Amino acid sequence: MGFVYALIAAGLSLIFGLMEIVNFAHGEFLMLAMFTTFWAWALWKLDPFVSLPLTVGLLFLFGLAVYHGLIRWILGAPMLAQIFATFGLAIFLRAAAQALWGVDFRVIKNPLVDGRLAVGGLFIGLPQLTASLGALLAFGFLHWFIARTETGLALQATAQDRQAASLMGIDTQRMFALGWGIGAACVGAAGALLAMFFYVFPDVGSTFALLAYVTVALGGFGNVPATLAAGVIVGVVEVLAGLLIAPAFKYAVVFALYLVVVLWRPQGLFGRF
Amino acid sequence: MGRGLRWGAAAAALVLLIVFPQVVTQPFPRHVMISIFLYAMLAQAWNLLAGYCGQISLSHAVFFGTGAYTSTLLARHLGLSPWGGMLAGAVVAVLLSQCIGYPVFRLRGHYFAIATIAVGEIVGTLMINWDWAGGARGLFVPIKRPDSWMNFQFHESKQNYYYIALALLLLALWVTRRVERSRLGYYLRAIREDQDAAASLGIPVAGYKQRAMALSAGLTALGGSFYAQYIFFIDPESVFPTSLSILICLVAVLGGVGTFWGPLVGAAILIPLGEWTRIAFGGTGKAADLLVYGALIMLVSVIQPGGIMALAMRGRRRTG
Repeated sequence: MGFVYALIAAGLSLIFGLMEIVNFAHGEFLMLAMFTTFWAWALWKLDPFVSLPLTVGLLFLFGLAVYHGLIRWILGAPMLAQIFATFGLAIFLRAAAQALWGVDFRVIKNPLVDGRLAVGGLFIGLPQLTASLGALLAFGFLHWFIARTETGLALQATAQDRQAASLMGIDTQRMFALGWGIGAACVGAAGALLAMFFYVFPDVGSTFALLAYVTVALGGFGNVPATLAAGVIVGVVEVLAGLLIAPAFKYAVVFALYLVVVLWRPQGLFGRF
Repeated sequence: MGRGLRWGAAAAALVLLIVFPQVVTQPFPRHVMISIFLYAMLAQAWNLLAGYCGQISLSHAVFFGTGAYTSTLLARHLGLSPWGGMLAGAVVAVLLSQCIGYPVFRLRGHYFAIATIAVGEIVGTLMINWDWAGGARGLFVPIKRPDSWMNFQFHESKQNYYYIALALLLLALWVTRRVERSRLGYYLRAIREDQDAAASLGIPVAGYKQRAMALSAGLTALGGSFYAQYIFFIDPESVFPTSLSILICLVAVLGGVGTFWGPLVGAAILIPLGEWTRIAFGGTGKAADLLVYGALIMLVSVIQPGGIMALAMRGRRRTG
């Protein structure tokens, strides 16, 4: 689970690092990705694995659309307007999903990967295992893209200093749009992987989004590799708290951990400032 | 508009509001008005902290729920009058707000907002699992007959609730006006504009944030106790959810953050709109009211982040 959290959080972290806007509609992006996977399965009998590129591509386009339709207009606005613009988007998307598809919980039955693996008395659900491996793979790809390609470097430059980047001939507007596209694509991958073993319903995003905010803030905003570590920590703490204290309190423990950490290091565990 | 004229208009509006329940006797319009007063008051309380001091809290439902639970629990276990419970709720909420404020005020901007969401979720989870306080099943307010001011229960008509809600709103407005004009108000606005500059001028930033938080939490708790006495049933889902915190913010944001009349204007628009969409499209399970809310908020933040009050100001300036 930790790896999936990390992947969700990575998109959030990327967007924040790039333009210092927290996307409060991130959970709803995830919900859309899960519904895409679900409908691809329900209508065309496409397995989540097969439809994964489709979901990622669609979410990428959706991210671009959100940037051009909404975010571009609030770049210079006060923080409150930025928070509420994405909040409004979140409420709108959730209500739209409810209006279109109803509030029922849906599950994808009989995916390609099913069953569980027994390793020396430990049972590991195969879908969960695949999801973590997939998330890890996607993470590696994201890291490679940001750190090794020219476009990725341009993204980093924009994150560091908007003005300097644009003086160097980088089209910052394009970079912002790209950041939103990639951020949404990360969630797309996470949603497709998650849909293999998790219920799909309009409100599904809220829990995951909260965990993603905590993960990002724990790792330090804008620091993508640190997000991976924080995601793993969150995943482990959640499971341990569920096991040792009570399943009902597992999220409360994660949030409490987050508060303790920010009390001690307001910039996050691996943040620089 | 001159100063005197404006106060005259406000006084006339107040008289109209006082007469309103004498003329309109159907329960529904009264209920809508009570909701407007309650949300305007909650939004004003939030506005004190977020609008004037710039600390965007997304967990005000915690204080609302504290007020509701404190008065109800005291009434159930000690038989205390809800009026006393209301005050006790405010005191508990203020104490709680100081405990919450100590860690979260070390954070700024987005970090602060996210930390408050985390606080809200923790408290919500604890309440759902706290069996002594009703747990997930919630609590009923013990019913007492006949109707009396002493028991804060009126089963025959909503008229008295209407006046209590109006009084609470006036209290919130009065507190805000006092704060606005006092040294506290100037300090809070200085912190909002630039925290570092304010600190370098010798304003004890942390202390003043805590004071704003205390005022805001106390007022919100009064609203919570009122809600419990009005609805007679509370559970974590109805008084502690993050969605309630968000709704409170929305009312203030729509009307105009950091303005005196903003929360009232926002509530006067948003609450009837919510009730209307619920009636028009309700029962279809289509969440049309939320669809409208979401679209409205996006529009406001893109077109005029200052809310409706800023639009009105701009219009006035243009006409001279």
